[in-house]
Amino acid sequence: MTMRDVTRFSRTGALAATALALVTLMGSVAHADTTLTIESWRNDDADIWNKQILPAFMAKHPDIKVTFKGYPPTEYNAALNTELAGGTAADIITCRPFDASLDLYKKGHLVNLNDVPSLKNFSNVAKAAWQTDDGKDTFCMPMASVIHGFIYNKKIFDELGLSVPKTTAEFHAVLDKIKKDGKYTPIALGTADQWEAATMGFQNIGPDYWKGEDGRKALIAGKEKFTDKPYVDVFKELATWGPYMGDGYQAQKYADTQNLFSLGRAAIYPAGSWDIPLFEQSKDLSFDAFPPVQPDGTDKCYISDHVDIGMGINAKSKHADAAKTFIDWVGSAEFAGLYANALPGFFPLTQEPVEIKDKVAQTFVGWRKNCESTIRNSYQILNRGTPNLENELWAVSANVLNGTQTPEAAAKQLQDGLDTWYKPAK
Amino acid sequence: MTSIAMAADTSVGRRKWPVHIVVFLAPAFLVYTVFSIYPLIDTIWLSLYTTDDTGQAHFIGLGNFVTLLTDPVWSKPFWNALRNNLVFFAIHMVVQTSIGLALAALLSLPRLKGAAVYRTLLFMPTMLSVVIIGFVWQLILSPLWGISRSFLATFGLGALFAPWLGQEGTALITVSLISVWQFVGIPMILIYAALINIPDDLIDAATVDGAPPFYVFWAIRLPLVYPTLGVVSILTFVGNFNAFDLIYAMKGAQAGPNYATDILGTFFYRTFFGYQLQTGNPTMGAAVATMMLFIILVGVLFYLFGVQRKLQHHLA
Repeated sequence: MTMRDVTRFSRTGALAATALALVTLMGSVAHADTTLTIESWRNDDADIWNKQILPAFMAKHPDIKVTFKGYPPTEYNAALNTELAGGTAADIITCRPFDASLDLYKKGHLVNLNDVPSLKNFSNVAKAAWQTDDGKDTFCMPMASVIHGFIYNKKIFDELGLSVPKTTAEFHAVLDKIKKDGKYTPIALGTADQWEAATMGFQNIGPDYWKGEDGRKALIAGKEKFTDKPYVDVFKELATWGPYMGDGYQAQKYADTQNLFSLGRAAIYPAGSWDIPLFEQSKDLSFDAFPPVQPDGTDKCYISDHVDIGMGINAKSKHADAAKTFIDWVGSAEFAGLYANALPGFFPLTQEPVEIKDKVAQTFVGWRKNCESTIRNSYQILNRGTPNLENELWAVSANVLNGTQTPEAAAKQLQDGLDTWYKPAK
Repeated sequence: MTSIAMAADTSVGRRKWPVHIVVFLAPAFLVYTVFSIYPLIDTIWLSLYTTDDTGQAHFIGLGNFVTLLTDPVWSKPFWNALRNNLVFFAIHMVVQTSIGLALAALLSLPRLKGAAVYRTLLFMPTMLSVVIIGFVWQLILSPLWGISRSFLATFGLGALFAPWLGQEGTALITVSLISVWQFVGIPMILIYAALINIPDDLIDAATVDGAPPFYVFWAIRLPLVYPTLGVVSILTFVGNFNAFDLIYAMKGAQAGPNYATDILGTFFYRTFFGYQLQTGNPTMGAAVATMMLFIILVGVLFYLFGVQRKLQHHLA
């Protein structure tokens, strides 16, 4: 390269760079593109968000780009809290119900959403999960609830000539028959991860014992205690499940349980409705669901229809307006329809009519007609102190299923823990 | 170059402030200050505060420590974690160190063929990610898909199988042994290096004097690797009391069943970051971390003044 070439080369380079800078500058002026990031514990759903749900929003709002970032469920809260403290959290935050999110709002991490128009689509019950105790301020847009029940393998039920049980006595008769046949595991449930014991066990069958909302509110008011008969009875029922849960269930993890049922090796799966999409993926499996079995001598049925997931705005987001536009859309009927059908098993909370196409999801949501809905009793208010009630519930429910703690001792441990910090208003 | 030349110059005349020492120490000093000393002091400082509902911090002196050690809500899990941690450490000391020593002794046999291959294979698990180790061992021990049950059954021992990772009585021992399996390479390599450094004449002299091989090992080679065993012990101690990842990968932060595998690391994680619906409590977490630092400090000081000095004295 001669000297002249070098000069010419650098001159061209400089020119090109200037041109590039100009184009970029103009581009940013013309588009004013905003990128929003969503942070969530539903890393399983990342594909569905990025390919089905978010494109629908971006088609309507070409100036706003939204991306989805998922964490494993058990790591989400720790990651989120650290990011919020460090100021690096995403614009849109997926909200756990009740106290976990209320804590974020009180610390000023979440924006008040009272002025978002689509909030009017939701009932007070749905909004309660993301409101201050006085119900004045809402800080997350409700998205979906999950329903508990039992999913069963239709092939196995046909093969063994079983009919769907309605009462606890019938349930045990069915379990005995499956166990006697010996080919299949009667109940697909493990205690290694602990939370299934509490969520799929205690909170699943419990509402029928403590009469749904009545019992839940009585606990908060201090009129009932975990040591009362209904709660001890739930643990007593759980204590009978162990022998039906298959060899070595103490070391069986959630994924093991899902596989066991997917492969058709277990007959009954104490479920959360969010498991439906996973089971739909295995082609050989034909399954349906029945509501929590009723204890003998009860006529009214109750289901855990738990407000589980919402979305709020990070107070430090640089794109608060765009974020509000997005959150408003999350409250729309269009979003509810997209979400409920992309992820059958997450049921919309909106009062707008939404059609659910999945058959098993329809079964689940159909129980709302005959049964009274309630939410998990360990989530509202009772979860704010130390020891943490929900985490205690995991441990003792797993102990009861493992047979290492009596129902009475489990109930006492919960109440003793609660008594150390919770003083209900008299 | 010039600074060295200058240093040589001045050393002949009157001694100047030794700039080069500062220059050489600076990188390490800065790195340690920024990444170790500052976070350490900041953690201790944080443990003297508490936060209210709005996230406002207030100074409360040693209040967090008083709560941690006296309030049953905190002290019960703390002592439980400490006790489990001691069991975890004891299993490592007994099993890991003795297997490491035995393997090192075998590897240093003069006529062993393929020593390099064994050495590499035995050291391999140490380099694997704990996530892989946790996953593989959970599969091996799984009552549903694992091979351990059928493996035992081929020897007619099928009845001995149990869901070891899921039972309160066996979970901690099982997790400890898996950790031993992973890290046994480290004591092995350290002791092996010490063993092959022993001058041949010492052993030759003993052999000529008629000492049988086992006596040579007990009376000559083993005492000569005592200092290395001391280093191994202190490394194991510090490593075990900072352990977290394997238990988190296999049992989650709630370290079940019924907190049977909860050690200080997992207890700290739950306290500081929170877990599921339990919100994190950074100030209390910092108090737990400070306690961990204190425990490790006591152990290390005990080693430095109680053990290491005697060892050196003995050898001298």
